[in-house]
Amino acid sequence: MIKQKLVAASGHRLFWPLVALVAMLVGNLFFTPGFLDIEMKQGHLYGSVIDILSNAAPLMLVGLGMTVVIATKGIDLSVGAVVAISGALAAQQMSHLKDPNSVSGLFTAMALALVLSLVLGLWNGLLVAGLGIQPIIATLILMVAGRGIAQLITGGYTLEVRSDPFKVIGSGYWLTLPVPMLIALAVVGVAALVIRRTALGVLIEAIGGNTEASRLAGVRWRGLIWLAYAFCGLTAGMAGLMISSYTSAADGNNAGLFIELDAILAVVLGGTLLTGGRFSIGGTVVGALVIQTLITTINTSGIPPETNMLFKSLVVTAVCLLQSPAFRAKVFRRGRGAAPGQIPAPVSAGASTTPVSESSTEVSA
Amino acid sequence: MGESTPIVTMTGISKVFPGVKALSDVDFRLFPGEVHALMGENGAGKSTLVKVLTGVYDIDAGRIELRGQPVRFSSPLDAQRAGVSTVYQEINLCPNLSVAENILLGREPRRFGRILWPQLRRRAEELVQRLDLDIDVSSDLGEHSIAVQQLVAIARALDVEAQVLVLDEPTSSLDPSEVEQLFRVIRGLRAEGMAVLFITHFIDQVFAVADRTTVLRNGRLVGEYPMSELTQVDLVTKMLGEELKGLAELEERSDTAKDFSGVPVVAAADGLGRRGSVDPFSLTIHEGEVVGFAGLLGSGRTEAARLLFGADHADSGTLALGGKPASVRTPRVAMSHGVALCPENRKTEGLILDLTVRENIILALQARRGWARPVPRRRQDELVEKYIDALRIRPANPEAVVGSLSGGNQQKVLLARWLIAEPKLLILDEPTRGIDIGAKSEIMRLVVELSSGGMAVLFISAELEEVLRLSHRIAVLRDRRMVAELTNGEGVDASVVMETIASGARS
Repeated sequence: MIKQKLVAASGHRLFWPLVALVAMLVGNLFFTPGFLDIEMKQGHLYGSVIDILSNAAPLMLVGLGMTVVIATKGIDLSVGAVVAISGALAAQQMSHLKDPNSVSGLFTAMALALVLSLVLGLWNGLLVAGLGIQPIIATLILMVAGRGIAQLITGGYTLEVRSDPFKVIGSGYWLTLPVPMLIALAVVGVAALVIRRTALGVLIEAIGGNTEASRLAGVRWRGLIWLAYAFCGLTAGMAGLMISSYTSAADGNNAGLFIELDAILAVVLGGTLLTGGRFSIGGTVVGALVIQTLITTINTSGIPPETNMLFKSLVVTAVCLLQSPAFRAKVFRRGRGAAPGQIPAPVSAGASTTPVSESSTEVSA
Repeated sequence: MGESTPIVTMTGISKVFPGVKALSDVDFRLFPGEVHALMGENGAGKSTLVKVLTGVYDIDAGRIELRGQPVRFSSPLDAQRAGVSTVYQEINLCPNLSVAENILLGREPRRFGRILWPQLRRRAEELVQRLDLDIDVSSDLGEHSIAVQQLVAIARALDVEAQVLVLDEPTSSLDPSEVEQLFRVIRGLRAEGMAVLFITHFIDQVFAVADRTTVLRNGRLVGEYPMSELTQVDLVTKMLGEELKGLAELEERSDTAKDFSGVPVVAAADGLGRRGSVDPFSLTIHEGEVVGFAGLLGSGRTEAARLLFGADHADSGTLALGGKPASVRTPRVAMSHGVALCPENRKTEGLILDLTVRENIILALQARRGWARPVPRRRQDELVEKYIDALRIRPANPEAVVGSLSGGNQQKVLLARWLIAEPKLLILDEPTRGIDIGAKSEIMRLVVELSSGGMAVLFISAELEEVLRLSHRIAVLRDRRMVAELTNGEGVDASVVMETIASGARS
């Protein structure tokens, strides 16, 4: 019974990413005793697990937008550049404020940054859905140009952010919990709810699964693809604000560097295929957590940070292999593969007692 | 020859898929130098049996012998090496490569890792000529018609020293002369001692080319018969069990000669055309009327239908829907005027194979409502359950992934999608292609019911019999032009339509 349940669970698309996540968390205990401990310090929760949840927030946001874009059979390479632009614009706006701690000025700055991110997403959508340019090329344009735009906004310098209320987004606490984590979970939660409760999810999956068939079924495919890129720009903009708040600076060159690759990884680790169609937002959240856990592990366990990338690739390879049905079939074959050969009789006996038509009418009745 | 030893013997074959017993205890024999037809309805287990033979699936019980030796192929490649070659229903070739490259893909003549192109061309030319095919082997495969591509796929299968050739629905997209060409090839191969396993839904073709047949029903063996001892009725009876009455009923449609002059017009095309696709044509369809499109493959049938649905832009002429001029720039606009189209190619243009039956069925309805107004889940379940019942979609599981269904059931899912949209004009482009006779007669009966209820139907089929049986009027197309419009009734039969196609008469 338990074995059967386990086999059934292992078919679920979140199973292996979750296994990897748990394994890594537990594995850390060998390097760092007390890794999983959570304590109360200065009125808020403190511990590696909390750190992971908090630090993974920007990646969760970017991954969320990326999931939707990938589900339409697209990809967005420009999210890192949008992160930089969004942070740069917000910092630049705030640097003009007479009172750096003015809340209304802060909101204006953030709103402007988010609107610009949305516009950048719409630009990508225009290229992909409107003009039919291949997503990887269309978004490569902004990926390359975007860092230049960010530099232009900051005047070529790294701007320092002095606004205290702004720092709350990236490093504040509310009800003992880190604010970035709360923001990311709220945004992901609301987005998931909207996508799955409306028909957005299934229509996007239809477009990603077969664009021509969707068109012939009357789906507004252009509009929905456009919407996906716009949404992806927006979530990248949010992540940009969070990152510049956390680092108290807007660095046009390095903010969000390579985050597009991590976001794509998070999406793939979460079981969404790059070929589009079926997607899983929960999977992407788990994927982002796996990546962040890995980074935290490397930082706390004394492994030289230069090997960061190498370790990341090893873990990603392992999870992808575990997710691959072909690989699992090869590796785990010895255990299960022998069974059909040894006990053919009960199988055929079962087959001969119930004709196909009967069993299927039972289902319909 | 029948008394020689079989080249393939399968005994007691069983195959179980999760929730479905695809084959139970099936025996099968194939002799060298014979054409053997595997017959049965969709879901009878024909494809599964072939896939078991060709190494796509492993078996759960039974044994397979090739030339008396027990074998167990772990992959199609494995089977091919042992001399069992297969041409599948869907052509699995690369349209962007040349004909020669496609034929010899993976088996290119090489020296030191370098491909010997002249030799490759020569080899490909020989194989193509063996099939009486006169094409340039260096041309891209994609430039050729589906029929030619099918023959190229056969040429590819013949290149390996095959002793058993499996043809899975090879004729479903061929026109009659192409079918004849294929049959000449098959007879030639038989004379060379090849064992040919032939799977088709066309009963006439089985009688034209096969020596023996094995009939399956519901995953079980019905029997093995020499063709000379069977009549067509015998064969159909064996395939269907006792469900023959549907066909007989359909033989007669009493009201095909009905007069529609006073009935409201649903769609009227005037000089509608698109350059390079179909010449301007005019056509009027009334409520409750069935208009058939007759014509050979590539005659412009599909192209004309696509213009009516807005799948392609018309660059000349006008279209009026429900009596008002309509500019159908997109399928969405056509849908808002109550037009629906079930496309010819259900896998590439119709279904989303990764999604479930339920999601595919509600797609058009959902698309019309927009993303912000989802169809409530309970209503989805009601609708889907209703149509699964009404159309007898099997398995009757709304959450089954559509890609796992058989061809006939996929077609029914597509039909259900458009039926819940309650269109005024339903365009069915080849709804009966590649599906079994039971599903065929169900779909035809449905067309009669729908049109009796007032729906206008545009019925496109390569099979003249079907068009004649259902249509009130028949538009004949040829060379991308509508050449004639015949009112069905006394004196109009297959030979009249054939003659019209052949002469290209304008009336």
